[in-house]
Amino acid sequence: MKRWQSIFATMILATTCASAIAQQSGSDEILIKNATIMTASRGTIENGSILIRNGKIAAVGKSQDVNASSSAKVIDATGMYVTPGFVDSHSHTALDSINEGSQSVTAMVRMRDVVNNTDINIYRQLAGGMTTIHQLHGSANAIGGQNSIIKLKWGKSVDEMAVGDAPRTVKFALGENPKRSNFSGLPGTSRRFPATRMGVEETIREAFTQGREYMMEWDAYDAAKKRGEDPLPPRRDLKLEAMADMLRGKIDIHSHCYRADEIVMLLRVCEEFGIKVRTLQHTLEGYKVAPEIAKHGASASILPDWWAYKMEAYDAIPFNAAVMTRKGIVVSIHSDSNEHARRFYQEAGKMMKYGNLTEEEALRLVTLNPAIQIRLDHRIGSIDVGKDADLVLFNGHPFSVYSRPEMTMIEGEVFFDRKNDLQMREKLAKEKKDLIEREKKMPGQRQPAQPDPTIIPTISEEDLDGHLHPSSRRKN
Amino acid sequence: MEMTIIMRIFNRSFLFIILALAMSAPALAQNGGAFAIRNARIVTVSGQVIERGTVVVKDGKIAAVGANVSVPRDAKVIDGTGLSVYPGMIDSNTILGLTEVGAVAATVDTTELGDFKANMKALTAVNPHSELIPVARMNGVTTALTCPQGGLVSGQCALINLDGWTPSEMKLQAPAAMSMSYPVIGFRGGGGGFGGGGRSAGITEQQRQQRDRLVESMRKMLDNAQAYLKAKEASARDKSIPTRTTDLNLEAMIPVIKGEVPVFMEANGPNEIKGAIELADKYKLKLIINGGNDAIKMAKELKGKNISVILGGVLELPRGEDAPYDESFARAAELHQAGIKFAFSTGDASNVRLLPYHAGTAAAFGLPKDEALKAVTLYPAQIFGVDKLVGSIETGKIANLVVTDGDILEHRTKVKHMFINGNPVDLSNKHTRLYEKFKDRQ
Repeated sequence: MKRWQSIFATMILATTCASAIAQQSGSDEILIKNATIMTASRGTIENGSILIRNGKIAAVGKSQDVNASSSAKVIDATGMYVTPGFVDSHSHTALDSINEGSQSVTAMVRMRDVVNNTDINIYRQLAGGMTTIHQLHGSANAIGGQNSIIKLKWGKSVDEMAVGDAPRTVKFALGENPKRSNFSGLPGTSRRFPATRMGVEETIREAFTQGREYMMEWDAYDAAKKRGEDPLPPRRDLKLEAMADMLRGKIDIHSHCYRADEIVMLLRVCEEFGIKVRTLQHTLEGYKVAPEIAKHGASASILPDWWAYKMEAYDAIPFNAAVMTRKGIVVSIHSDSNEHARRFYQEAGKMMKYGNLTEEEALRLVTLNPAIQIRLDHRIGSIDVGKDADLVLFNGHPFSVYSRPEMTMIEGEVFFDRKNDLQMREKLAKEKKDLIEREKKMPGQRQPAQPDPTIIPTISEEDLDGHLHPSSRRKN
Repeated sequence: MEMTIIMRIFNRSFLFIILALAMSAPALAQNGGAFAIRNARIVTVSGQVIERGTVVVKDGKIAAVGANVSVPRDAKVIDGTGLSVYPGMIDSNTILGLTEVGAVAATVDTTELGDFKANMKALTAVNPHSELIPVARMNGVTTALTCPQGGLVSGQCALINLDGWTPSEMKLQAPAAMSMSYPVIGFRGGGGGFGGGGRSAGITEQQRQQRDRLVESMRKMLDNAQAYLKAKEASARDKSIPTRTTDLNLEAMIPVIKGEVPVFMEANGPNEIKGAIELADKYKLKLIINGGNDAIKMAKELKGKNISVILGGVLELPRGEDAPYDESFARAAELHQAGIKFAFSTGDASNVRLLPYHAGTAAAFGLPKDEALKAVTLYPAQIFGVDKLVGSIETGKIANLVVTDGDILEHRTKVKHMFINGNPVDLSNKHTRLYEKFKDRQ
């Protein structure tokens, strides 16, 4: 009898574990109920619920109107706020290298090839509600490399993080960075063309010109083949192939820019070649030429309130988002920083006071608008039926300085849970202590520690030298 | 006839002059005026919040505060219905006034050459007309500690009010502290910007020795200052003892070794904080820790010796890959629990307006809200010994006041009025001007 009991108990346990795993992988139903839901597309729903099925939002509305099956995992979010997962349209997180700045045009390099899925900043940003990032090449050259878009699925492989149907995008840069104004003279740097805004314009025009000729060569070759001829193929050039794809509209241009004059320069050069800039990045003086940007049809991604760190940032104003939004431009806030990316909700909140954006307009700066800029708004950026269940649960209004995210999920899977995080710290502290003890017993035989894959975050070399953090003491 | 025209012209230009004067008049020109903010929520910080009360400002000071105080007949009245009054916030470490555009060297006066430069005075280089100052006021900061940077002794910090025609009009207290940096492993001398902690990976014996040499040079300088003072006092007492040559650098150290001016010592790692405490003990220095990332690890010593901390890195990344994700956000709450007095700082110039968010974010991660507010008002005033002058809304204190439409630490809150030294301060700045200029451009 006793034996049967224990077998039965084991079976129950096994079933519980299995269902927990199934929910983890996002294949079951999850119901988030009794929350204040800020949809970013259709206003705020008080006392609302979200039903998630197979990682997608299956229903959203007033709690009484959203019904789940009896097996659904229920998250009681009473008193909590839910927002869409945040989207950073300008990030350099989780990249092994950022700049291939040795030439002025490096459109052939791809950030997809240098994604580092073990970067701890992925986890830190998840803890701030970030779920999707546009990983950009740096701004050392006028035309940089091709960018990558990933979801912050901490613990997964690079392929699993990559957003499959993401568009191809490329980084451009104008002004002081491609001119190397603030860098030349430092050890290991040398002067190179371009060194002026005139040179930057011509670098871009030249690259487009070469790209257009390359495209025409291939078009002629393809046409000849179609006619049944046997032409000699042109020599393949990966840089020019990327330039040609920009001209064909297959690669979106995202350009780092500061000053108003360089913004209109880029718009003009692109119009010369019959193409559009998808997103102006940083766009610090965008407010000065908002009508021109709107007319061209570019969107703008901005740094919210940083200024005066360099000359071209001296006229940056925090009202930038409001001015451009009022001119009909799709505006987003971006981090360009591993630190700011942890507090996107704060950055968005600030924008309400500088130019009176509404709450939803401010929320869109970090959700729907960046999703539009990277052409993924059919999947992410708002809490709407059919979209990915990328959600953040806050313990208060997300724009209050006193609030913090408690849980972040991507496609219905929980990747950050503050409760789990706090528990994990104790485990981590114990493991660190054990390692240090072991090291002390084996002088001269120190081996680099292999991080336990189940532990978040990982052990760094620093800790082996006794820099123990007081994490276990923390109570909040 | 002719007379009339001349009179007319005279009248016109006189009117123009009057108008021009009125428009450009700095706050200080109005000194002596009386103001009253009525029907406002008054967050005194030192005492209870007055839900509906009046603050009276006269001759630059807070003349009265309370629920039932009478308004002087000559006072200009501001209706504070729906508004809150706070003491002006204090940023406890900045380079405000010393830099304009970070990357443009010609506009930066933060860092003099050399390792020991006690006689450098931040107040001298404060540019009262820096565009950064009105922007810094934007969210309610009225007062800042501005400090020289770089080297082991960087120079003298000044507490400045963010309004005035000249540095001396801005001065609240100078020298407010001697800015020093406890040597860290990897210190390269000269410029500032070395971080804390001291990453242990890859530290060479050579680097360790270099650090020890720097610590030794710091001790030597303090020995010299002591000897200098002793010699000076001896020759003052006894005319037969020859006076030694004046050394302006050591001269500037005298109030420091007398304990009259506190040492504002940058120290982040436990080793640096420990070293700073030992140095302060040996030379009887009045120590304030600047940075204090790992202050919690030295909590017992800091509390025991009543040493305060100016927290620097609230909005910085955690230092180790393995550190808790909220390490820097939660640091203030830990210090509060350990009973250590602290204040917040931005360490910046263009980002001084973000000070309230340092405090607010700490409150999101465990620091009580009222403590967060105190750590940008009353606590810094106490730490720098100016709590009789500023830091709370109390009768007799300097009228540095901020009137807001909400909680002063919140992102969405707007500052509606500001008083510095009892004078209304113009809330427009470079950013609002550019906004007005371009917002309606077609």
